Amino acid sequence: MKKTTINEFAMVLAAKSENESFARQTVSAFVAQLDPTVPELADIRTAVSEAVTNSIIHGYRGMTGNNTVYITAKLFSDRSLSIKIRDKGCGIEDIERCRQPLYTTDPGGERGGMGFAIMESFCDRIRVHSTPGKGTTVTLHKKFS
Amino acid sequence: MLKTSSVEIEYSGGTLTCRLLGEVDHHNAPHLREEIDQEILAQRPEKVALYLGDIDFMDSAGLGLILGRYTKAQNIGAKLVLIEPTEQVEKIIRLAGTHKFIEVIKSTKEKAK
Repeated sequence: MKKTTINEFAMVLAAKSENESFARQTVSAFVAQLDPTVPELADIRTAVSEAVTNSIIHGYRGMTGNNTVYITAKLFSDRSLSIKIRDKGCGIEDIERCRQPLYTTDPGGERGGMGFAIMESFCDRIRVHSTPGKGTTVTLHKKFS
Repeated sequence: MLKTSSVEIEYSGGTLTCRLLGEVDHHNAPHLREEIDQEILAQRPEKVALYLGDIDFMDSAGLGLILGRYTKAQNIGAKLVLIEPTEQVEKIIRLAGTHKFIEVIKSTKEKAK
């Protein structure tokens, strides 16, 4: 049977760390309508938090102005979720290197360098599209039981 | 600034127990680590125990907090242990391989051994 979209939402957030919690809780509430298991919900909440945090601290590093994070999500008839987290920040020069576990651009910042590893481990697949100077879009896919 | 996390710190018998509560993310981690580090420096304990059983949410910022406290503890010759991580916290700890060099005590029963 063809996969169809059963629900969707879009939101625009100021790139502030206060909004990390808001973003993951909103996504969590949206996904709850599929009645996922508690660990599934925790996984998607964590993956979203990593992506949004990356946009705020890496995408918009050193940039002033109205920095914004765009989130769009779709639920499909096969009980899967697709969620895009997009920023218009500095972009990533070397995506493969950024996806390596323990790689960090901020060694003094006490970040684990595990953001992408967590997204990859907690979702079924992730896609990263980035243009230096233009921004980054991370798409997370997860199918629920 | 909105805080959705806190840390309860107790020093007894050479052990500094830090009970993390709420959400440990990039927004909250700085104030948590500041409070813990102040006590590590003030008490200079033999052991730092991070109690992780009351965490509602943790991402890689929490992992950074754990690794940073491991370094701080080592710097003063103290040992860091992680107590009763929630299922989700343990998943992150294992994914990063942190359990290979930091002792994880899963229950207080185990702690009593």
